[in-house]
Amino acid sequence: MINLKIDNKKIEVPDGSTVLDAARAANVYIPTLCDDPLLEPFGACRMCIVEIEGHRGLPTSCSTPATEGMEVKTYSSTIEVNRRTTMNLMLSDHPLDCQHCVANMKCDLQYVAGYVGVREQPYEGETRSYEKDRSNPFYVRDLDKCILCGKCVRACDELQGRQAISFGYRGFETKITTPFDLPMWDSTCESCGRCVDVCPTAALYDKSAEKNGLAMEETRTTCPYCGVGCGLIIETRNDKIVGVRGDRENSVNEGHTCVKGRYGWEYVQHEDRVKKPRVRRYLLEGGSKPKSARESEDNPLWDWVETSWEEALNITAESLHQIKKEHGSDSIGFMTSAKCLNEENYLMNKLARQVVGTNSIDHCARL
Amino acid sequence: MTVSTQDRSALIPLLQQVQVEMGYVPREAIDEIGAVLRVSTSDIFGVLTFYAQFRLTPVGRHQVKICQGTACHVQGAPLITDAVEEELGLDDDHDTTEDGEFTLEKVACFGACSLAPVMIIDEDTKGNITPDKARRMVRKLIKAQAKKNAAAKTNAEAKNE
Amino acid sequence: MSNYTAIREWADEKTADKTRIIVGLGTCGIAAGGNKILEAVEKTLANNDDIKAEVVSVGCIGICYKEPLLDIEIPGQPRLSYGSVTAKDTREIIQNIFLDSKYEHKKTLATINDEAFAEIPSWKEIPFFAPQERRVLRNCGFIDPEKIEDYIANDGYLGLSRALLDMTPAAVVEETLKAGLRGRGGAGFPAGRKWSIAADNINAYKEENPDSDSFGYIICNADEGDPGAFMNRSVLEGDPHSVIEGMTIAGYAIGASYGYIYCRAEYPLAIERLKLALDQAREKNLLGKNILGTEFSFDLKLKEGAGAFVCGEETALIASVEGLRGMPMPRPPYPAQAGLWEVPTIINNVETLNNIPVILAKGADSWAEKGTEKSKGTKTFALTGKVENTGLIEVELGMSLREVIYDIGGGIPDGKEFKAAQTGGPSGGCLPASMLDLTIDYEALAKAGSIMGSGGLVIMDESTCMVDVARYFLTFTQAESCGKCVPCRLGTKRMLEILTRITEGKGKIEDIALLEELAPSIRDSSLCGLGQSAPNPVLTTLRYFRDEYEAHILEGRCPAGQCKALITYTIDEVDCTGCTVCARACPVDAISGAKKELHIIDTDICTRCDTCRQVCNFDAVLVA
Repeated sequence: MINLKIDNKKIEVPDGSTVLDAARAANVYIPTLCDDPLLEPFGACRMCIVEIEGHRGLPTSCSTPATEGMEVKTYSSTIEVNRRTTMNLMLSDHPLDCQHCVANMKCDLQYVAGYVGVREQPYEGETRSYEKDRSNPFYVRDLDKCILCGKCVRACDELQGRQAISFGYRGFETKITTPFDLPMWDSTCESCGRCVDVCPTAALYDKSAEKNGLAMEETRTTCPYCGVGCGLIIETRNDKIVGVRGDRENSVNEGHTCVKGRYGWEYVQHEDRVKKPRVRRYLLEGGSKPKSARESEDNPLWDWVETSWEEALNITAESLHQIKKEHGSDSIGFMTSAKCLNEENYLMNKLARQVVGTNSIDHCARL
Repeated sequence: MTVSTQDRSALIPLLQQVQVEMGYVPREAIDEIGAVLRVSTSDIFGVLTFYAQFRLTPVGRHQVKICQGTACHVQGAPLITDAVEEELGLDDDHDTTEDGEFTLEKVACFGACSLAPVMIIDEDTKGNITPDKARRMVRKLIKAQAKKNAAAKTNAEAKNE
Repeated sequence: MSNYTAIREWADEKTADKTRIIVGLGTCGIAAGGNKILEAVEKTLANNDDIKAEVVSVGCIGICYKEPLLDIEIPGQPRLSYGSVTAKDTREIIQNIFLDSKYEHKKTLATINDEAFAEIPSWKEIPFFAPQERRVLRNCGFIDPEKIEDYIANDGYLGLSRALLDMTPAAVVEETLKAGLRGRGGAGFPAGRKWSIAADNINAYKEENPDSDSFGYIICNADEGDPGAFMNRSVLEGDPHSVIEGMTIAGYAIGASYGYIYCRAEYPLAIERLKLALDQAREKNLLGKNILGTEFSFDLKLKEGAGAFVCGEETALIASVEGLRGMPMPRPPYPAQAGLWEVPTIINNVETLNNIPVILAKGADSWAEKGTEKSKGTKTFALTGKVENTGLIEVELGMSLREVIYDIGGGIPDGKEFKAAQTGGPSGGCLPASMLDLTIDYEALAKAGSIMGSGGLVIMDESTCMVDVARYFLTFTQAESCGKCVPCRLGTKRMLEILTRITEGKGKIEDIALLEELAPSIRDSSLCGLGQSAPNPVLTTLRYFRDEYEAHILEGRCPAGQCKALITYTIDEVDCTGCTVCARACPVDAISGAKKELHIIDTDICTRCDTCRQVCNFDAVLVA
């Protein structure tokens, strides 16, 4: 353990901690735009500068290891002046349309600008201007709003291992690029949405956010798609889902999701969604099953009818029984799902082998 | 191309080798190098666009380079650049003529400062240039190439007949 | 007999008593037409069977303004040097000397010797050479850089043999510390201290990672990117073995067994000669396994840069060697702790390494006799710009700027006034006439707002606009900024925009305040040395030439007559003879006037390309 002082507050942190980690542990706020505890320190935004006794200049707290006996100052007039100039520079190449921005009130840049206290824009000059890239079905890239913190590139590389994007060009022309600067959809992106999650501005945002205002409630849950059991945070507003993101505090996925968990949620509130069991009318009301596709067309007996779970399961059981009697056990096959719990899959196995008497059972994850 | 190592540090030397042979780095080479070294295409693209040496588009038949070093600057390199750009019909966004004959490169100091300002036409280094001299040299180059092209054309026509 | 003595004897024998005809073929020599001189030499020899001499091409001896150079060396006589020679001169000089023993020629320069000869003055009588102290340039222009025997016969690899055969690694570090050699790449960190930190880290690394392939690396930073600087290029082209020897000694001292030379791709000749030198050193067992029969093994690899000034920064250079974008990383960890592939690494500049063999061969005390108390030794400079004698020079640290510019440099050409000396390239500053008596040492230059840098020294006269110079350097740093951190990426951009505005006559007086607010912030907040030093040209020009900024902004006037938007070209009624030369040369037909009558420039059409002024034979074109 390392003992140090942040703004005269004593704090003990584990070996390997940075000054920024220590400040967080001591509940001292240091503004930052390019740091993420899950990513390697980068030192690009220069917001987290501090003064350290015995150190030259203004080191960045995100990249400086905490050492025994260190004395750190997180504010001073020099620090504040430098943060303000840096923020002014950043905003001199950033659209100032906060009220109309999808990141309004959830934008890190906006928050840090507020913390730093920028009051004017002294530096006029050229601004970058790119076309919005809407090629990905789930998210939008608006590079005009990019502050080049590099979190998306690092998340894609360090967390997802995909390397779909990288820093391209240099100097003022620096931009986050796909190979050959092609639209996002032509890259190797798998739409996991991690880059969108870490983006501190609206340079990357979910298309769904264009239609909705701020989420007002959040619910922690487990992803229903597969057996990994990723933790999700469901963002809702007026009892409707407006967004989903990975739960960083969940030890299973540490905020990571795949495209299904992250973006495959519109079905939840889709008007065509099936919410109660249904059976074909002939099974419920009697009559014979249509013999061909042509016979089933416009045939009211072929319509789906809502019913109770008890009824639906009874009909299923009876039908299986009937099939087994007429055609034997091996005429029936079972398909289970990665979405089910282990216990559920175990029971399905018992049902297939012991009750029905077939070994024909498989799992969607093998397909 | 043979690669002795899958070491990432071979990336830049390989790209340099391609550029020496082709004059630029074509897309196919990037894909191939990526596959061999197991480096993602976006990563290679990032490296290529970072270093001034690499070109992603073919280079002109003739290369005119003007040194942008300090000594050349104080001795009038900007005026020479303007003059050559005007003669070749190029600007900040276009470094190669449409016919692919000439490329103008504004190069980092190549250390012949005592001859400043310096211009290189193909492999030939010219020192103590003035805008007027630069224009003449470029016009001469254009004329010579046009003559060559015309001769080649007549030759080809003669062969066809 | 030690392995070194055997090699030395071989080299001495190979190089003894030779008649040599020497042509300077560094990059500048070639650019000035050196190859034509070489051809002329060979042709002359072919036509005169009686003349027996070895033709040698050497690197730059430094006197660039006299290129192409031809030297004749006959055993028993001092070497004779002839400057600005043509093919015809070459033939004459060779025939005169070898057939008629006539040494004097209209292109005679000096003897490259402390003694005069046959009425030819010693180079010590030539103002350009007299005040110089050649230590780093000890071999440049003297030895054939493509022959290892030439280097060895001039005490080459003597320092290495002393280190390996007579000293422990710790003693080598101690000797370097004692010499007080400071890094020649810019900041001036003591080389011995760097080594001793690295040696400790390498020992610790070895204990923690006993199975690692490598415990430490040494990198030679030969990415000389400063515009207007070519000292390292000249050393690499003229004396490549000195750097290889320096690196090998460094490797021994710190416990590294592998090294890289990171050289600019813009220096093809240096690369070619380094490659050759590496092969020769391996062949003579001065590199590779069990060097000079000792336990110590060390090898080197050459890496070519790909055109990024920022790769001169240590962490960016490491990234580039690893095959990544050259974007600097925050420090700590310092490269000496975790550098190339996370292994302790030291990075030394070409000139720093070139000094090492001398320290080891002659001893630290003898080496440290030159220089000031805190800045020991000598320093090379690329003296260029508006100065009579341009070239590569080497002076004892502590010499005044005035001596360098007026004695060695011969003052300002065309009777113009000195205005500023720029040291340290884009990271340095512009020093005014009032500072001409400043001594050249690390502390004095830093105090004046500039830096020693790697040795660019560009002289400016009254016709140089200092706002334009600041704008020039910001154009450079802005284009070379890696784009990673905000203060550098956007700060240099905004400063450049403000400076451009001022040079275009659109500046406001508040712009000066904006520059003064931005500059210190960029200096203090940037991630790496490039951004931290980028404001220096602006800060120094504001400090010493504020009146020029104000003239642009308040009076709409460029005092130097350089800023296109603020000047007009006119033709003097009295001086114009109506010769029509200007009208014919004008690329935009802005000049009218009949033959033998006064010509007139249409300022609306004029693009201020300066051609008319340059072609006028009567100084009749006026700029105001």
